[in-house]
Amino acid sequence: MTTSPVESSPADAAQIDMPFVDGPLVDTVERAATNPEREQPYAALGLKEDEYLKIREILGRRPTSGELAMYSVMWSEHCSYKSSKVWLRQFGQKVTPEMTKNLMVGMGENAGVIDVGEGWAVTFKIESHNHPSYIEPFQGAATGVGGIVRDIISMGARPVAVMDALRFGAIDSPDTARVVHGVVSGISFYANCLGLPNIGGETYFDSVYQANPLVNALAVGVLRHEDLHLANARGVGNKVVLFGARTGGDGIGGASILASDSFSASGPTKRPAVQVGDPFAEKVLIECCLELFRDDLVEGIQDLGAAGISCATSELASNGDGGMAVDLDRVLLRDPSLTAEEILMSESQERMMAIVRPEKLDAFMAVVGKWEVETSVLGEVTDTGRLIITWRGETIVDVDPRTVAVDGPVYDRPIAYPTWIDELNADSASGLARPTAGEELAAQVQALAASANLSDKSWITAQYDRYVMGNTALSYPDDGGMVRVDEESGLGFAVATDANGRYCYLDPYQGAQLALAEAYRNVAVTGATPVAVSDCLNFGSPENPEVMWQFSKSVEGLADGCLELGIPVTGGNVSFYNQTGNVPIHPTPVVGVLGVIDDVARRVPSGWQDEGHNIYLLGITSLELDGSAWAGLVHGHLGGRPPAVDLQREKELAGLLNGGTKEALIGSAHDLADGGLAQALVESALRFGIGARIFLDELCERDGIDLATALFSESTGRVIVSVPREDDVRFVGLCEARRYPVQRIGVTDGLPDAAPSLNLQGMFDISLADLRAGWSGTLPTHFA
Amino acid sequence: MRIGVVTFPGSLDDRDAQRAVRFADAEPVALWHGDHDLQGVDAVVLPGGFSYGDYLRCGAIAARSAIMTEVIAAAEQGMPILGICNGFQMLTESHLLPGGLIRNEAGSFVCRDQLLRVESTSTTWTSGFSAGEEIIIPLKNGEGGYIADAVTIERLEGEGRVVFRYLGYNPNGSMNDIAGISNERGNVVGLMPHPEHAIEPGFGPDTADAMRSGVDGLRLFRSALESALAH
Repeated sequence: MTTSPVESSPADAAQIDMPFVDGPLVDTVERAATNPEREQPYAALGLKEDEYLKIREILGRRPTSGELAMYSVMWSEHCSYKSSKVWLRQFGQKVTPEMTKNLMVGMGENAGVIDVGEGWAVTFKIESHNHPSYIEPFQGAATGVGGIVRDIISMGARPVAVMDALRFGAIDSPDTARVVHGVVSGISFYANCLGLPNIGGETYFDSVYQANPLVNALAVGVLRHEDLHLANARGVGNKVVLFGARTGGDGIGGASILASDSFSASGPTKRPAVQVGDPFAEKVLIECCLELFRDDLVEGIQDLGAAGISCATSELASNGDGGMAVDLDRVLLRDPSLTAEEILMSESQERMMAIVRPEKLDAFMAVVGKWEVETSVLGEVTDTGRLIITWRGETIVDVDPRTVAVDGPVYDRPIAYPTWIDELNADSASGLARPTAGEELAAQVQALAASANLSDKSWITAQYDRYVMGNTALSYPDDGGMVRVDEESGLGFAVATDANGRYCYLDPYQGAQLALAEAYRNVAVTGATPVAVSDCLNFGSPENPEVMWQFSKSVEGLADGCLELGIPVTGGNVSFYNQTGNVPIHPTPVVGVLGVIDDVARRVPSGWQDEGHNIYLLGITSLELDGSAWAGLVHGHLGGRPPAVDLQREKELAGLLNGGTKEALIGSAHDLADGGLAQALVESALRFGIGARIFLDELCERDGIDLATALFSESTGRVIVSVPREDDVRFVGLCEARRYPVQRIGVTDGLPDAAPSLNLQGMFDISLADLRAGWSGTLPTHFA
Repeated sequence: MRIGVVTFPGSLDDRDAQRAVRFADAEPVALWHGDHDLQGVDAVVLPGGFSYGDYLRCGAIAARSAIMTEVIAAAEQGMPILGICNGFQMLTESHLLPGGLIRNEAGSFVCRDQLLRVESTSTTWTSGFSAGEEIIIPLKNGEGGYIADAVTIERLEGEGRVVFRYLGYNPNGSMNDIAGISNERGNVVGLMPHPEHAIEPGFGPDTADAMRSGVDGLRLFRSALESALAH
């Protein structure tokens, strides 16, 4: 439009009101047929030439610009899993009937659902929001929380807890503070405002994440079995209803290119690619959805996340009767100048799409009206097998929805064994100088406790509400978070997330299993029984064969590990292209494990609560310092092979802990991982300010190790527990009956007439005050 | 005794407040922001949260809702009203209590187990405490800094209307370490900490005795119940 409305003739004015009617801008199915050779910006939308040709082949003509928009977002790596699919299949294949017997909904839906008994089910999922969180940390992290929470609502569940696995660049790099402040306040803002307790997670600093922070958000929801909902559009004539926030121009990635390359010059230009969140709108949407579920007013439901309406319509139709007719003019807009393509691709937050029976529409409208949620009926379910979208009276999309949502491209990308990995594996940490003198040991214990990755994370967690809903039984700094599900019976769940990029860099197969083992152990120490896994696989570019090798090995390790532990992967997500230039991040598969506990009253904290308890170390310690926190901090070393992992032993350990907590023999339990025994002792002492006297001579003799190895090795299958003296015989008997190695290593009695301290007999005595000053000072020093 | 708990769009701790009422052996009654109806309750709790997304100012839009017309009228007749966090903000916004709440001094949201001193036991909600008693109540807010002009502060202090004071650490920069105040009559109390999260062993704040064992908050609700029974 070059003519301004003021100067224009009436005819021009009419054109301005509806600028697309006669212009070249509305690309209809009809025009696609009559104008087949029109050049299309598929490459700018991220489609490869062969993918574009495939779309033409599917349609038997060129796609309309609306169809091209839909295919381009739905066939993107993010939505289609085209590079990972061939490997992810293992999660569905490596299963036993035992593993799936409590699985109500497995992979492929918005989130997995597990039967936890008493008529209750729990749904959980972890998802990445990495790239947006680097560009715009606050909104990136906030909408990451919002997105995963909507996945949980879509299953028919009430969201009840969130957790975050965060990875930032080096703690002292100038840009890290920007990202940390943005991400933490974004999560704080959104999740606090939703009224969801934040029950834990992890925070890790490493320069490999400098320009590629990882923001992985996990959410958990609970539902009664009968409230389960799925994302499918069934029942011809049922209404397709869009409700929640209005659709705006935010979050359009490719569309901005689309709009500026070939479409209206008067339309909106460059849209922010990062979505903007409104947690208030989402909170109202949660309550509104739960009321709709309660009153049985919804047949199928899907949240709008990546790819917005394109994704919701094509997925709902694919999973249902296969057909849907939608009128895009009925979409309520925040910005009336949006083009059809932009409406299809917008990732505006806080929106849901429901399938509603016509006879229930009035009741549906009454509920959304009560919550003042804006709602529009877009169309209905059909049996044509086609997804047909009209706009301004013309058909702009006419596709088989399965070709958009399900049968996208699949790549078996080349993999290559990394040229550098043999040399890396040969460079073990076992030859590095290990301290023997008490003073030096003490200095290293303190340095580790104050290091970026092992230091106190309360500066972050204090910005999150852990109390809301009144059911939080454990949260940070305990090893796992725990939430009560049923107020009468005490039934509850526990969750923990773990990953160790350093281990995975050394050996992605074993590294993934180590993450799984640690998360599993972290759930077990709370007293819960691990039952399911959700994973968030963060890797570099899949087009790099060495990265693809890392990915394939990690997935294989994880799938094999889950099979061995007997717990299924119920969902998750893949995040590729986490790299700066040609340098990928360390492979970082974050593993979330969910456990069930029959009564949260028997939960076990990770720190010593009382004096007079004996401290036992369960498991065997070997010289396993490769990839350890100690090697990294003290020697700046990363090489060798990560610790051995024995998942059968982990299962036995979990069984032992479960037995011990059921018999109320265990006062506290803390898993040994990063920083080894030293860090576990520090954290156990600082949890409630109870000191201990530790003696490791017998342990060293039994396991044939030196003191530094006993303190800093990261051997797996190990936990320290504190046991009241009167339960000693029973506890040791339990371990012996289960043939699990057990060694008494200390008591939680302080020295007489002294302030509480961590005392290693004959070696060092560090006051808890000093230990705490170092441990809790690090994050505030850098960020407060 | 029936205690109403109002749900506004964006209320978060409303179900927790209902649970607290139940634990105090009173009957919780859910009230809706859009109704002009207190359903005959004997007292009202305005719960925590982000009513109306905290848009404009925290509590400002809620203070002008239909239900608040009724709450204000009932408060003036002497009905016990407790405003927790966002509820406290509503009480100042509707001028049932003086002063206001501003962004925490440190700038960020803070969640912690907070030590408080009970400064006044002459309100409906604190009659079950002893004066000067120290209690632990979870605190979680982004805009909890209490502020008022010098004359108001002097009056509140002089009239014994500072009900709770932060001890050991002032988490939000509140003037005079004020955590909660009352109106002149003592039937309306507002505080930033969340007593409804210190009512049930296992789910409350840590205490010197055991983790998550703090139940000091229950006594606010019991106090209201006992005051009602005494009348």
